[in-house]
Amino acid sequence: MFADLFATIKVEDIVEATKETFYMTIIALIGTFILGILLGLLLFLTNKGGLWENKWVNFITATFVNVFRAIPFIILILLLFPFTDFLVGTIRGPNAALPALIIGAAPFYGRLVEIALREVDKGVIEAAKAMGAKTRTIIFKVLLPEAMPALISGLTVTAIALIGYTAMAGAIGSGGLGSYAYYSGFQRRDFDIVLLCSVIIVLIVFLFQFIGDYITRKLDKR
Amino acid sequence: MISIEGLRKVFTANKTETTAVDDVTLSIKQGDIFGVIGYSGAGKSTFVRLLNRLEEPTGGKIFIRNQEITALKKNELRLARQDIGMVFQHFNLLWSRTVKENIAFPLEIAGVEKEERNQRVQSLIDLVGLSGKEATYPSQLSGGQKQRVGIARALANKPSVLLCDEATSALDPETTNSILDLLVDINQQLGLTIILITHEMRVIRKICNQVAVMENGKVVEHGNVLDVFAHPKTDVTKKFVQQLMGDAEAENEFEHLVHTFENGKLIRLHFVGETTNDALISKLVKAYDIDISILQGKITRTQAGAYGTLFIQMTGEELEITKAIQHVTEKTSVELEVIRGVR
Repeated sequence: MFADLFATIKVEDIVEATKETFYMTIIALIGTFILGILLGLLLFLTNKGGLWENKWVNFITATFVNVFRAIPFIILILLLFPFTDFLVGTIRGPNAALPALIIGAAPFYGRLVEIALREVDKGVIEAAKAMGAKTRTIIFKVLLPEAMPALISGLTVTAIALIGYTAMAGAIGSGGLGSYAYYSGFQRRDFDIVLLCSVIIVLIVFLFQFIGDYITRKLDKR
Repeated sequence: MISIEGLRKVFTANKTETTAVDDVTLSIKQGDIFGVIGYSGAGKSTFVRLLNRLEEPTGGKIFIRNQEITALKKNELRLARQDIGMVFQHFNLLWSRTVKENIAFPLEIAGVEKEERNQRVQSLIDLVGLSGKEATYPSQLSGGQKQRVGIARALANKPSVLLCDEATSALDPETTNSILDLLVDINQQLGLTIILITHEMRVIRKICNQVAVMENGKVVEHGNVLDVFAHPKTDVTKKFVQQLMGDAEAENEFEHLVHTFENGKLIRLHFVGETTNDALISKLVKAYDIDISILQGKITRTQAGAYGTLFIQMTGEELEITKAIQHVTEKTSVELEVIRGVR
């Protein structure tokens, strides 16, 4: 019965598409993590009462974050075409999707990082100050380690949003499961391909959620 | 050791100014356990946070070991802070670090080598009585144990001053006592000066030798604990003393005694420090042919000796009673007051 249902599907194609989705998600996630932490720290530290309180830097960072979070992802990819072309040398394939994926997801993650940092007990930061800690020490030895479970669970949420983004990027030729579902499935009225791709994407989401939850639990000593 | 001159802190919020600390001038000697007591909102917490400039003073000067804290630049202040330990009401431990790692943190900040760090951490763990808990995370410790970690951490860089901001206020009475014992221990073993903020008179009573009473940002009374206890001048101080002694000294109380005990002399004895007054009552009974019954009273121990009031009834020969009274007034420091003569 399954052979009948999925008769037109080539296993190699599915495997290839799944690999591409994993590739895009993981590389974009690493980029998002780094950029998001930077944005989140900048938002947190330059905020009123923060260690680097600075109204203008805070305003500029917040504006950047808000603007890129406001643009729908599918439009963001189109807007970034010239930038992507300049950076990657092409606007097709998994690599071409990365700039848009990272720029689309990092501001979102940056906000989650800011929230996570704000949840760190003020008293602990104060204690570090009272011990004569440098700002650098407070960031790397207090803020980030104390916020780590929230940073990881935020990263899990972001990863799942990213998987969705890769599928959208697929619709305009980035490769991956989204691309496969759209071009080989939907456009050729091969709906069993669309169905199978959906199932695989759901499984990937579950996998990321599971790993994220596991790491968060391991890290949280509270 | 520490001198504070005209220290002021004004907070501005919504264009209204609040003076949290108002022109405080104090000096604290090396090795003192200096208590600052006041009700919440009196400015005592702000005061202690000004001392290591967690809060920037609006005016005034602070000297610690002849170093003018208020004149230090950012980097110098960082180094000066390593010489000032601080213990917090809510412990403020890093939950992501074990006991051992928490205590090692200030040493990491000060750049102490790993080997010496481990050694010092271990001796601190022993000092505060947490041996065997090295690898435990704070979430698995009780409040008292957490505060012990807090104290060990504050002592890690061998500071000359220890600031305690309501260090026992989040603890139950029994744990409070054990933490206070630890502080006295540290004070005696390391010769450390301790400045302690509290709203509980029993904390002052148990470990401090000097006390300052704060109200509305001002120090309204300060000095030797026993002096301040024995002769409270302001209403706040009187209230704090009452918190400790109960209403034993209220007027209507001995009105009642006068009516109930009709024989002999009713006398009030006021003990202020000095251990030479030990066994006073039994000495009197042995030396003179009188009977003494204790009617009411409360005696409490402080760092500097006993403090409190006893109401007693003396019965016997008039002459013997007079001699006994003379003994008390001439040979001891106990203050004696005859409430009612022999009938």
